[in-house]
Amino acid sequence: MSKDKRVKLAHGNGGRLMHELIEVFRSKFSNKILDEMTDAAEFSVDKGNLAFSTDTFVVKPLFFPGGDIGELAVYGTVNDISMKGAKPLYISLALILEEGIEFSILERIASSIKRASRKAGVKIVTGDIKVVEKGAADGIFINTAGVGVIGNGRYSTGSKARKGDVIVINGGVAEHGMAILNAREGFGFESDIKSDCCNLNLQIERCLKVSKNISVLRDPTRGGLATTLNEIAQTSNLGIEIYEKDVPVKRNVKKFCDVLGFDPLYVANEGKFICFVGEKDASKVKKAIGPSARIIGRVTPRHKKEVHLVTQIGSSRILPMLEADQLPRIC
Amino acid sequence: MTKRTIKLMEVCGTHTMAIARSGIKKVLPKEIELISGPGCPVCVTSQKDIDRAVIVAGLDDVIMTTFGDMMRVPGTTGSLEEAKTKGADVRIVYSCLDALEISENNPDKKVVFMGVGFETTSPTIAAAVIEAKKRKIKNFYVLSNFKLVFPALDIIAGSSKVKVDGFICPGHVSVITGSIPYERIAERFGKPCVIMGFEDADIVKGIKRLVEQIKNGESKVEIEYTRAVNKKGNVTANKVLNEVFEGTNANWRGLGEIKKSGLKFRKEYVAFDAEKKFKVKVPDNSLPKGCVCGEVLQGIKFPADCKLFGKKCTPMTPVGPCMVSSEGTCAAYYKYGE
Repeated sequence: MSKDKRVKLAHGNGGRLMHELIEVFRSKFSNKILDEMTDAAEFSVDKGNLAFSTDTFVVKPLFFPGGDIGELAVYGTVNDISMKGAKPLYISLALILEEGIEFSILERIASSIKRASRKAGVKIVTGDIKVVEKGAADGIFINTAGVGVIGNGRYSTGSKARKGDVIVINGGVAEHGMAILNAREGFGFESDIKSDCCNLNLQIERCLKVSKNISVLRDPTRGGLATTLNEIAQTSNLGIEIYEKDVPVKRNVKKFCDVLGFDPLYVANEGKFICFVGEKDASKVKKAIGPSARIIGRVTPRHKKEVHLVTQIGSSRILPMLEADQLPRIC
Repeated sequence: MTKRTIKLMEVCGTHTMAIARSGIKKVLPKEIELISGPGCPVCVTSQKDIDRAVIVAGLDDVIMTTFGDMMRVPGTTGSLEEAKTKGADVRIVYSCLDALEISENNPDKKVVFMGVGFETTSPTIAAAVIEAKKRKIKNFYVLSNFKLVFPALDIIAGSSKVKVDGFICPGHVSVITGSIPYERIAERFGKPCVIMGFEDADIVKGIKRLVEQIKNGESKVEIEYTRAVNKKGNVTANKVLNEVFEGTNANWRGLGEIKKSGLKFRKEYVAFDAEKKFKVKVPDNSLPKGCVCGEVLQGIKFPADCKLFGKKCTPMTPVGPCMVSSEGTCAAYYKYGE
């Protein structure tokens, strides 16, 4: 294939060109279910309830330190399913391509999707591609949907925390958002900040194995940790207390946030989750996740529906939900 | 410690935010009251200057560039963000040099930079203007709405409406200006000044020094933020600033016109003056009804004294600029639930 070969509108109109385009992807994801090439995928699952989720990816730039849109599309849906306590199994892949996008970019993205789905242990079993005229999309938009099964001794996690629950996080916050911002705006910061984008299903699996006492699993993506905690406080009708000194933020991420006036607690993550667990299982869960895990707070019957932050100096203040985009400060 | 209330004003918006974020007020003795001052450049930009920017942004062939904070500040007929949704080409930049680059990449457009900021920001804009002259860029203009901190501090220090006992002086501005300009405030008005950094420990330490001065009946200028600030300031930055700009009277929201508190282009650089280039007519408009941003900026009122605060005026639907800017007093009080 020539290096600068690009997608034309005709690639979306069925026929031979369409097949050529589909092959870029199908050849990489080949599996028994997909290779049937029928209109819908057919598969059986173990006994139990299904978890079903969908997500759409429009990230810019398409490639960023630590990941790309392809990986993000797989992990996003895998992680959403995992947060239900389900084992993710199958995902769909739907692409909207802007006329003119290079085949070489599609090849790179397809390879990432293949790598990511292998890592997460899921199969891509159905898909779709549309091509739109130049200017109607921004290179490539991806939608994935997926199913997972909650069965065989697994249990569904909910959205309701319980009084006394301890909150565990699997690592440093704000890495994805700051990596994207640095890549997108071309600040030229010499930074080794990488997106944390990764699959969480294996870590979740380990947590569920060591404790039957987990009440909430959530991945704090857009809006960051603070926004997710507020959502949980509201649905649970309880208060949450977070200890600022215990919330992990990598040094370079913290510095970059400081320079731009961003609060890391509101910056997006793509490879982090928080786990609300009964106090006696907290250290087991922390150990199951690994050395980067930290206990960052607890659920309290006080200040219902609010999240409070115990600050570094031992004072406390409310940690509200994100109101609007965090804009860089000017002085 | 004396039992009377001690009123300390944090001049800088970054201090307001840092204080709210760390919860310092809650751990201070109740006799110490912290009030916010006029140190948020977005907040003190006059309604007329915002209106002018919105009108210029809507002109044909104009690309308006601005720091993100200015996007949502409401003028009389809407904000730059609203102008953008109506088709104006408004772009957020992180440095004035980005605006310069946009000028070079769009030779058939007129690129305007909405210039707001104090002594911390204005030297970087002056540097961009010098660079534009050097590179012979003819389609780059700046709306000069810059402000100087000290003339406003003079007014507040001498005000009878609010009795400030001491000033928490801005770390960033002082990196550029040095500590000498504060000496006048300390001597003439008998107000202690301590220049502080922005870490929790900086602020607590600085407040302690202010209280000690007040207790001892002193009024000196002290630098707590010694790792960044010295007496003389950044000589190069000041030279660059003075090369391009000179002092002029400026209109401050809430404080009105203050002599020699703004910056205008020197005649050698007047070709970059957007106000001169686009002679748009900006009507005099009244401020939004009920908004007390002006008094908040002088420390006369607290955000909670405003009837609109948290009701009609929130960060998503701001009425006054103190709610828009990430360093605005109302935004800090709203966000951190004070």
